[in-house]
Amino acid sequence: MQTHQYEVIIVGGGGAGLMAALNASRGAKTAVLSKLYPSRSHTGAAQGGIGAALGNLEEDHPEWHTYDTVKGSDYLGDQDAIEFMCNEAVEAVYDLEHFGLPFSRTPDGRIAQRPFGGHTNNVTGKPVRRSCYSADRTGHMILQTLYQQCIKNNITFYDEFQVFDVLVANGAVAGVVAVDLATGELHVFQAKAVVFATGGFGRVWEITSNAYAYTGDGVAICLRRGIPAEDMEMFQFHPTGILKLGILITEAVRGEGGVLINGEGERFMERYAPHVKDLASRDVISRAIYMEIRDGRGINGKNYLYLDARPETINKYAEADGRTRPDGTPYRVTGEEILSKIPDIADFCRTYLSVDPIKDPMPVQPTAHYAMGGIPTDVYGRVLVDDKNTILPGLYAAGECACVSVHGANRLGTNSLVDILTFGKHAGLNAAEYVKGTDFQNLPEDAAGFTMAQIDQMRNGDGTEKVAELAQEMKREMFNNVGIFRSEAGLKAAYKKIQELRERFTHIRVQDQGKIFNTELINAWELGNMLDLALVVTESALARTESRGAHAREDYPKRDDANWLKHTLAWLKDGQVTLGYKPVTITKYQPKERVY
Amino acid sequence: MQITVKIYRHIPGVDTQPRYDEYTLDVDPKERILDLLENIKGFKDGTLAFRRSCAHGVCGSDAMRINGRNRLACKVLVQDLDTDQIVIEPIIGLDVIKDLIVDMDPFFEQYRSVLPYLINDDPLPADGKERLQSQEQRARFDDTTKCILCAACTTACPPFWANRKYVGPAAIVNAHRFIFDSRDHGAEQRLSRLSEPDGVWRCRTVFNCTEACPREIKITQAIAEVKEVLASGKINYKGVQIGPERVGSG
Ligand SMILES: Cc1cc2nc3c(=O)[nH]c(=O)nc-3n(C[C@H](O)[C@H](O)[C@H](O)COP(=O)(O)OP(=O)(O)OC[C@H]3O[C@@H](n4cnc5c(N)ncnc54)[C@H](O)[C@@H]3O)c2cc1C
Ligand code: FES
Repeated sequence: MQTHQYEVIIVGGGGAGLMAALNASRGAKTAVLSKLYPSRSHTGAAQGGIGAALGNLEEDHPEWHTYDTVKGSDYLGDQDAIEFMCNEAVEAVYDLEHFGLPFSRTPDGRIAQRPFGGHTNNVTGKPVRRSCYSADRTGHMILQTLYQQCIKNNITFYDEFQVFDVLVANGAVAGVVAVDLATGELHVFQAKAVVFATGGFGRVWEITSNAYAYTGDGVAICLRRGIPAEDMEMFQFHPTGILKLGILITEAVRGEGGVLINGEGERFMERYAPHVKDLASRDVISRAIYMEIRDGRGINGKNYLYLDARPETINKYAEADGRTRPDGTPYRVTGEEILSKIPDIADFCRTYLSVDPIKDPMPVQPTAHYAMGGIPTDVYGRVLVDDKNTILPGLYAAGECACVSVHGANRLGTNSLVDILTFGKHAGLNAAEYVKGTDFQNLPEDAAGFTMAQIDQMRNGDGTEKVAELAQEMKREMFNNVGIFRSEAGLKAAYKKIQELRERFTHIRVQDQGKIFNTELINAWELGNMLDLALVVTESALARTESRGAHAREDYPKRDDANWLKHTLAWLKDGQVTLGYKPVTITKYQPKERVY
Repeated sequence: MQITVKIYRHIPGVDTQPRYDEYTLDVDPKERILDLLENIKGFKDGTLAFRRSCAHGVCGSDAMRINGRNRLACKVLVQDLDTDQIVIEPIIGLDVIKDLIVDMDPFFEQYRSVLPYLINDDPLPADGKERLQSQEQRARFDDTTKCILCAACTTACPPFWANRKYVGPAAIVNAHRFIFDSRDHGAEQRLSRLSEPDGVWRCRTVFNCTEACPREIKITQAIAEVKEVLASGKINYKGVQIGPERVGSG
């Protein structure tokens, strides 16, 4: 077993991790451990854009962005953190441009911006152009650009190293344990600070926009070490996934004028969100789609609807809405213009559906997309381990695996990319600052013991259960009972099922007994992580007897601020979930009814 | 429909020699090749090894040879292949570590060698805002920004198979992305790297790279444009007015 020593270890090479690395490495000896080559991270899949009130095409302000985010969060977001992020967003986008990011441009050469769901002009209530984009490949460009900067700055990477455990000694971080996937060898990294930036866990659900790698490793590792997870019941379903496959079709399609159409040919969002219609918040639209389908208005009565981006459709509704371009002329588009704005979406439609989006409507259904919840942190990325916001010295988290909380009960589109840049940066800066004044903790004896025990269990079970089967059962159960709409009966059934699956998991035995790229073992371990998270999500959702943002209870259809304006904290011990709560920070905006 | 899938299996240093394992599957013609691999790994043979993550052609993990052509397994549907016999092998020119997984390190080394990052030491705009770039300037290098570093192009290239030191199409694509970016000042350094013996002149215009690219980047054209800059000493921005020539005198 090899041992290494770095002041700061960053776990994850996506947007948040690379941003943390760039900032930490200026002041501390830093290395990035990533289970994927950094350029394979899921940040690269982000399509529509990054929100920042640059005001390049029309009036806009960080305060408007703040308010929209607070409202989007259904008032569960912490308002001090949201304000911090929306102010930082502007500089974050300019930083990216200075790093070389090839943004799409306005006619006068500035960064181009487009409308996105929930982002509004706070005076008129109309959609505002706030999403800074590079066609429909914004995440790809961000990931590439940050990786390029890491190369320029000689950041140390351990590619295809999967972290299994975080070590804590004397109440402070001591390091991490990782498996080198190519050799199967265990490595112990002694570190003064560890930043988790491991992304989300959408693979818990059957239909998802998320990568295979989205198995929630960071949150699960922390849970096993007694650290709680915050607001785990808040998981976003994006309204427009490609039918059955779940592959995302960005909201930018609607930003460019595309509309949702039901089986009766109706633009039904007019009924649910009369002001912003197809650009309402994601939770609102996903529920509307669900209700349309439930009431028999899916396409041919089936469980999907159409997203229509044909120029004739776009122009028809743009005219009805009186939509104009920044220069005041009516908004009318050609097929060519649409294709130039969403080239990758067009490619996905052709590849996977044999559909040309400017000639045919796209069949869509909601898809599990984004974890608002995660490892509790403050705005400096410091991990908070209880309801009194006690810090665990040296432990940091940023990006989708963290919960600051800036997204509350529902994230607005474009705000995750802002989140990963802002909090990745601050976590990196603060980790570097922290390590200056502290010594390495001695590694515990048998540092890799816990990891070995987990691996041994998966190698030596009695083999009566199969990982792939358990995974399928979990995904189906979670999609059906812990999805867009939830109820006590469904959640209780899911809880029971997940506990059953967790028991069955102890009987698996991986067939591959080799060491080199034993991806079967890795997949099995990842399933274990997902089962832990599924349990925590379900129990958190069962307790929250109200509907707020992405958490919609059929049996409690109203938001209940008197009892539930608070964050959930969930601990997992000996296979049981314990819940606690902590208050939401309200500064300027008192909760009110949320109408779009 | 019923299909047979033959997969290359080998762990150098463990197995004495490579073999092909054959599986018979009942599939929906709309399934991705990646779905077949997942199915085989999950239900038939857990020891099969391949990389994957995004499952929709944007992360670059799963370039492999599918019926003799370099493709992303997640971007090819069974029905695209027009046959019920599917052969899956690792890409050529990088060492196999296990089954369909090859050693990508040399590939990333070549990528790094072309200085794939913006080089520009000019002061930033005084107002802290963005540098200006016209839509035409931005369009000039759009195609080569799409690269996902999957290596499908480089490992389809006969000159690369013949000489693994050749920097390869993917690295040239990434050099192109910066050379033609009006904000970049590093063309000279990159071009000097690309004019080395294992640089751009090893390209024999076979077009395999362009055919292999899952992002439909016009790679051969990009390489030709880089060659042209080297030959003429000038960056042809093609009708774009702004942006001085930055290749020095040579
Ligand atoms: C299809 C799609 C489109 C999206 N579009 C947008 C958009 O337009 N705008 C927006 O704001 N947001 C968007 N999002 C959301 C946003 O892209 C993600 O939330 C964000 O990129 C997450 O970044 P991250 O750095 O937290 O994680 P990632 O980029 O996923 O990085 C996670 C990293 O952690 C590593 N890792 C994980 N586990 C381990 C482990 N055990 N050991 C070592 N390494 C590990 C991985 O290798 C990876 O490098 C989109 C999401 C999807 C899925
Ligand atoms: S799995 Fe990402 S490109 Fe195929």
